[in-house]
Amino acid sequence: MTDKPVQEEKRVFMTGNEVVAWAAVAAGADIMYGYPITPQNEVMHYWTRLAPKFDKKFLQTEDELSAGFATIGGALAGRKSFSATAGPGTTLFQEPVSMAEMMRIPMVVVVQQRGGPSTATVIYSQQEVNMVTFGGNGEGWRVVYSTATHQEVYDYTIKSFNVAWKYRFPVFLLGDGYQAKMREPVTMYNPEDRGIELVEAEATLGQEGVPGKDRPARHIRNAYSVEEELYEASMPIQEEWEKMAEEITEWEEENIEDADVVIISHGVVSRAAIAAMNRLREKGVKVGYFRPITLRPFPNQQLREVAKKCSNFLLVESALGQLARLVKDALFNIPVENFDTIYKPGVGITAEELVEHIQKTR
Amino acid sequence: MAERLAMPKSWHLESKPHKFCPGCGHGIVLKILGEVIDELEIQDRMVFGVDIGCSLLAWDFFDVDTVQTHHGRTNPVMVGLKRANPELLPIAYMGDGGGYAIGSQHLVNSAFRNEKIMAIVVNNCNYGMTGGQMSPTTLPGQKTETSPYGRDPKETGNPTLGPEMVAAIASPGAYVARATVSNTKQLKRFMKKAVENQIAGNGFSFLEVISSCPTNWRTNAKQTWAFMEEDMANYFKTGELRTPDENKEG
Repeated sequence: MTDKPVQEEKRVFMTGNEVVAWAAVAAGADIMYGYPITPQNEVMHYWTRLAPKFDKKFLQTEDELSAGFATIGGALAGRKSFSATAGPGTTLFQEPVSMAEMMRIPMVVVVQQRGGPSTATVIYSQQEVNMVTFGGNGEGWRVVYSTATHQEVYDYTIKSFNVAWKYRFPVFLLGDGYQAKMREPVTMYNPEDRGIELVEAEATLGQEGVPGKDRPARHIRNAYSVEEELYEASMPIQEEWEKMAEEITEWEEENIEDADVVIISHGVVSRAAIAAMNRLREKGVKVGYFRPITLRPFPNQQLREVAKKCSNFLLVESALGQLARLVKDALFNIPVENFDTIYKPGVGITAEELVEHIQKTR
Repeated sequence: MAERLAMPKSWHLESKPHKFCPGCGHGIVLKILGEVIDELEIQDRMVFGVDIGCSLLAWDFFDVDTVQTHHGRTNPVMVGLKRANPELLPIAYMGDGGGYAIGSQHLVNSAFRNEKIMAIVVNNCNYGMTGGQMSPTTLPGQKTETSPYGRDPKETGNPTLGPEMVAAIASPGAYVARATVSNTKQLKRFMKKAVENQIAGNGFSFLEVISSCPTNWRTNAKQTWAFMEEDMANYFKTGELRTPDENKEG
């Protein structure tokens, strides 16, 4: 049995799904509960190949509801458990994730977005933003990392486990079909070698001792009898979520100071945005770039600071305004010069079309 | 007899008296379970999972680690616990809705996979907490809020025979039985064997318990007992349907 999956840093050429599986092992994940859906299947394929080598476990459940609730069971037992899904599976995951929000259960769900609504395509979209940020009944007490590159898939998978177990909120790692299936170079590393301390998993149920004798029994619930009781239970969770938000919000921005137009995008589309910015800058067009890495919590304050310098925005996404909704909410009450959009639900966006669009509209 | 009147040691005293309606069968089932926990000394290893519906009122019933889950989802949570830590003894506790309607796929697949957990379905022929609607086990002709003229099997099918279904698909090592709160000696025997089966790690352990719901049945004490011992007993036969050694009672 090998102790650590990655002994020393190494450069590999892998699909995003394979990267997830390796990163989950590196992050100290113990068990995966999964149900097949394209385009995330290879996360399970690689996990089940790696699992016996590193004393990890896997269960293929009967559906996503079962996968989600079994993941919760694993977390309650004190094991780092996770799952992966997409599309209609993400819809079903809203039920267990809402329970995890109320009960403060750490769980990690990797979502490789496919087209929607409904079955749609199995390839690509950015149409699961609404669901991963505010799906389920409740207030969206969750964390969503939107990755753009395979390196980020590796880095943020590790981070997802740490954030989930440190703050005890469910975490979504949001990729997409392109990131899931294409290959690109990644540097794999053992997190502790880079000074990333892995947060220990702790059992909620079944700790040492006899309940009622050596220690109080743990009674975990999500049902409350009256409105006031729920209010009292909810507000501390909201406060802790807000406190966490200040510590974990991440974003990326470039060339804002002198920008005439700022492209806003997230995930894989931001690669087209950066390429378009660089090409236009070479031609003397002053283009800036802003990208939320955490979609929940959203970098509201950081975007408002950008808007004070330049609010001639071009928002691009492979969806019909799902990112735009988060952006407009963040910009509420801030004067905006121009809010141009390119919405292409379920379709990829290239640097060329962004260059052309900006040249045409300037 | 004096011992039978005492509260089980594993009961959480601060949450007593319990919150079930007067005449509800849950109190009897939970008392028997409490006695079994005491006798087998499993308070430290057991994890009690309760569903949504009346069973959720048992969320702080025992001095045993307990999690109250979503409607129909108690089995997968217990499966997740057991797979992650096989030392634990998870017991899923639900009503006929959680077992046979919204959670049926989880029950069926837990049985198929021979998960080493235990599931208890308390069958009271209706949805109690939501106000007495028809459930999978509502008897033909029985009046509920959503079958006000009596359940018509031509429209809604026949009542689910849970243990018979589970027994038909179960693997060797499984324990499957049906008991009733009107025969507590048998109920305790079956309950203990089901728990012991999980401790032995033989396979899936499943117990259905016929139980009363006088509030929604709109019955007095005498009618409640008659409905349970005559109408329900005619349809839902008590006894053991699968045992690891195939030596069955009833």
